[in-house]
Amino acid sequence: MAAAISLHGVSKVYRPPRKRPYLAIERIELDIPSGRFVSVVGPSGCGKSTLLSLVAGLIPATTGEVTLNGTRVAGIRTDVGFIFQRDALLPWRTVRENVALPLRFRGHGDADRVREWIARVGLAPFIDNYPHELSGGMRKRAQLAQSLVVDPATLLMDEPFSALDVQTRNLMENELLNLWGASGKTVLFITHDLEEAIALSDEIVVMTAGPGTIKARYPVDLPRPRNVTEIRFAPEFVAIYERAWADLRDEVERSYKRSLEAS
Amino acid sequence: MTALDLSAPVPVPITKRGWFIRLVQLGVIAFFVVAWEVLGQLGVLDKFYYSRPSLFIARIAQWFGEGLGPTSIWNDMRVTLLETVLGFVIGTLLGVTIGYAFARNQLLGQAFDPLLSMFNAIPRLVLAPVFILAFGIDLASKVALGVTLVFFIVFFATFTAVRDVDQTLVDNVRVLGARRRDVTFEVLLPAAFSAIVASLRTSAGFAFAGAVVAEYIGSNAGLGRRIATAEAFFDSTGVFGGIVVIAVLALILDFALQWVEGAFSRWKPRREH
Repeated sequence: MAAAISLHGVSKVYRPPRKRPYLAIERIELDIPSGRFVSVVGPSGCGKSTLLSLVAGLIPATTGEVTLNGTRVAGIRTDVGFIFQRDALLPWRTVRENVALPLRFRGHGDADRVREWIARVGLAPFIDNYPHELSGGMRKRAQLAQSLVVDPATLLMDEPFSALDVQTRNLMENELLNLWGASGKTVLFITHDLEEAIALSDEIVVMTAGPGTIKARYPVDLPRPRNVTEIRFAPEFVAIYERAWADLRDEVERSYKRSLEAS
Repeated sequence: MTALDLSAPVPVPITKRGWFIRLVQLGVIAFFVVAWEVLGQLGVLDKFYYSRPSLFIARIAQWFGEGLGPTSIWNDMRVTLLETVLGFVIGTLLGVTIGYAFARNQLLGQAFDPLLSMFNAIPRLVLAPVFILAFGIDLASKVALGVTLVFFIVFFATFTAVRDVDQTLVDNVRVLGARRRDVTFEVLLPAAFSAIVASLRTSAGFAFAGAVVAEYIGSNAGLGRRIATAEAFFDSTGVFGGIVVIAVLALILDFALQWVEGAFSRWKPRREH
């Protein structure tokens, strides 16, 4: 099957003004087949968010080539859904107006479709509320609806649930799996939480401490549909967790040591 | 009935009731007015310098009874308010346009930064005589002073709001398919607009102050002119009368703008803008 997302020899150098340039990710080789749910885990500062921004075309790669759904990424891609870690809803627009935005940008407002998606993420009673009137979990639901309303083939998620409390996060993870279900969408999910990565994904990619490279990849052959709260106790889950954690632990320690030296 | 019964009515203490607070506020004002009057009547406060509430209230009533002629208080208020509105509108338009341009074009912002900082450091009221010389004693010089006062407030509000706009919002709408124009109208201008609305009361207040001060320094109409004339005749009653009219107008203006501000920031505390 053709790769939905592929990165070949991709590196990224940041050159912040009046600071030393640094290498965020180095010679990444990664192919993600269409329809797969793949998570990237790594310690903080390993360049995993950079990876996602490169795929969406928010920033250009310094070397290498990023391909998305058969075309080379050169500039911002609007054929993906991107869920940001931070709140990305326009605070001066209601849930309904926010979800309608991508349709309006494409020149065809479809009120029914907007309402349908808001209902699917469980926000029907809050359709005319402003973001500040919603809880953190509800705002994430609205962002999901906003991204999915135009039915993108690819979903890029940058630690989307990291700001939520544990219970809400589990609810949202299950919700995401339900929405993704039989949609056939490719998902690239960034997280620092190994449990979350295994519970959600078909495959996890462990990255090294910065400059980020791919350290290991683990297929996750757990049955679907899954309940993320319960699957954590399955023996297969624990086995994958132990192997991946052995890899990740070293990188976390290296990353932590380096942050101490830097400060 | 227990303390945990949520449906039980709990009496609001009198010190927290709206009407009581209003009453106390009126009482404070009344106290000072009466004290002023009594001290004036007793001769503790010299009538020549300090006038008395009874005198200037009678004077204000007399002004309002004089009809609508070109030297009437109605015309003075019209002139002052017109200058205020013009100074406010022109200053705001300039401030928004230039603030937006500077925030979007880094080189432009850097090139003009020292000049603007220098201009901003000048106490603007000293420019009043300059403007009167340049634009004459009519409307234009008052508007010009108002513009320089309003411009900087709105300019800095717009500039910071646009420059510091949350990059996540911009990235998000771009991935959602926004073109440059959409980013401007959906993200940057709304962010600037909310900053402008927040600075509305300050800038309108400055436009009003600018108009009155410029009138006081040189003009042939307006509330500032009225005070300057009274002063020239050592007429303290006229001066205080003018000040009270200005204070009341400023208060009304502020209430009106408070309402406007509330109406435009409903997405912050409550609903739809």
